[in-house]
Amino acid sequence: MTEAAQPDTRLTRRADGRLFAGVARGLADHLGLDLLIVRLAFVLLTVAGGMGVAAYAAFWVLVPQREEPAGRRDWLQLAAYGALIAGLSSVTWSRGVAQVALWPLLVCGIGCAILWQQADRDQRQRWVRTTTMPLRRMWLRSLVGMALVLAGIGGFVFQQLDAGQASGHEVRQILVATVVILAGVAMIATPWVLRLWQDLDAERRERIRSQERAELAAHVHDSVLHTLTLIQRNAADPREVQRLARSQERELRSWLYAPRADPDQTLAAAVQKLAGEVEDDHGVPIEVVCVGDCRLDDRLAAMLQAAREAMVNAAKYAGAESVSVFAEVEGEEVAIFVRDRGKGFDLDAIPPDRMGVRGSIIGRMERNGGKATVRTAPGDGTEVRFEMKRS
Amino acid sequence: MRRVVLVDDHQMFRTGVKAELGESIEVVGEAGDVDEAVAVISGTEPDVVLLDVHLPGGGGIEVLRRLQGATSARFLALSVSDAAEDVIGVVRGGARGYVTKTISGPELTAAIGRVADGDAVFSPRLAGFVLDAFAATDVPAVDPELDQLTQREREVLRLIARGYAYKEIAKELFISVKTVETHVSSVLRKLQLSNRHELSRWAAARRLV
Repeated sequence: MTEAAQPDTRLTRRADGRLFAGVARGLADHLGLDLLIVRLAFVLLTVAGGMGVAAYAAFWVLVPQREEPAGRRDWLQLAAYGALIAGLSSVTWSRGVAQVALWPLLVCGIGCAILWQQADRDQRQRWVRTTTMPLRRMWLRSLVGMALVLAGIGGFVFQQLDAGQASGHEVRQILVATVVILAGVAMIATPWVLRLWQDLDAERRERIRSQERAELAAHVHDSVLHTLTLIQRNAADPREVQRLARSQERELRSWLYAPRADPDQTLAAAVQKLAGEVEDDHGVPIEVVCVGDCRLDDRLAAMLQAAREAMVNAAKYAGAESVSVFAEVEGEEVAIFVRDRGKGFDLDAIPPDRMGVRGSIIGRMERNGGKATVRTAPGDGTEVRFEMKRS
Repeated sequence: MRRVVLVDDHQMFRTGVKAELGESIEVVGEAGDVDEAVAVISGTEPDVVLLDVHLPGGGGIEVLRRLQGATSARFLALSVSDAAEDVIGVVRGGARGYVTKTISGPELTAAIGRVADGDAVFSPRLAGFVLDAFAATDVPAVDPELDQLTQREREVLRLIARGYAYKEIAKELFISVKTVETHVSSVLRKLQLSNRHELSRWAAARRLV
């Protein structure tokens, strides 16, 4: 009810979207209630002693009509409410056993009215088309359905004629008549209901699709567009541009292709993540290849930390264009190789107080029951090999 | 002089590659989709085709399928995609190697030369995929000749995956570069001909992991 937000708070009858005189719609806008509730209230008041008619008439006379172009009246809906009133009235007038049959119909009717109410004009037109077209096409089925409905109603009328002496036999007859009516209605309505169902299904699928589109757009916006902006602003710094492009590429790739693995859970995903972090921090591309995979535990996490240290060293000190990382799980063996083609160094020449390689790489691996081997020579690059048995 | 055809649907990428390729390479034709590629390759009969994996009209694999047996050109697949199913698919379709588009000009020139000589070109990533696909399983091999890698082939692949060049591998294993090439070609043959369950199912399963 967007109209409810309008500054004009005076109660008016609506010309746009009215069914009869616009009273219910005006009231709904004014009270901020759903139109359907107001209309049903009028219907119920009308059925319960005619109060509704009186109230409606009073509003009609006393409340001014809003100045607005009159919309097209939805005659079908008006008819639906008319039928509702007629049906409910007949219930209150022909008390007793007749109610047994009418209540299900009533519930159906209200349900249909609600559906109808919620649909937009296109949908309504489509529903009407799908109801009348099969009627014309599948005339045999429709004919049978009609006949059943007529037979059922005939049974009722017959029943009404000598009401008063209701016995068990008659109750059974009425039940039969009810079943016949319902069967007829079902037969006529089946294609319509089917169509309705398909409609809902199609709508759901369309909704999922548009959600996916929105997700994609949001992702592209948050990541790719953002990075492109940063690249333009850093155009003078080729190293930064390369770092941004690599980082974005990695992120987009993992979003597009990577199986959704949790880096806190599995080795391969953890290695990829680590390498990505080091690459971002130090601006040197790190190529990662993983073969096999396994679950992470504390010892493997320590191994990863040691490998990270080696990657950082390679990125920081080797001066290589790129670093290669290979992680393999084969049977019980886990191996990680970190290799660069940089300057290399003389392992024996490292002073004993320098903890980088000895402490956080070799020592850490040994404490956790693994092994790290450093192979390097000045000018010949560096390769650190990590090995550990799975626990 | 190697005669090369470039097949890629991005004009900008083709221009970039052309500018980067060395003196020893002559680009004799370009194509932007499958139909064009088939026509250009049949018309020019190049030594090597640089084939993009993702192409309008069915992808690189469709080009390979249509030209099967009809050309003597050798194919080197080139892609931005790291998806295993793309890589394995195009190699099984007949490509003699696979490199990613981030490869540098000189490296690409060298790879073209190697493919033209009838050898295979494996990027570290492709080597990783192959090791994965031929990982030891409990399932007995139907054809051990094709369905299993030898110990030596495994070693070579591992070194490729670790970032070693062929020359470095030869030094590491005390063999000649020619022998390394022989091993890699043998792996390629197994990759293309093996009916190993993993190879046909692998790509699909990979997505579900």
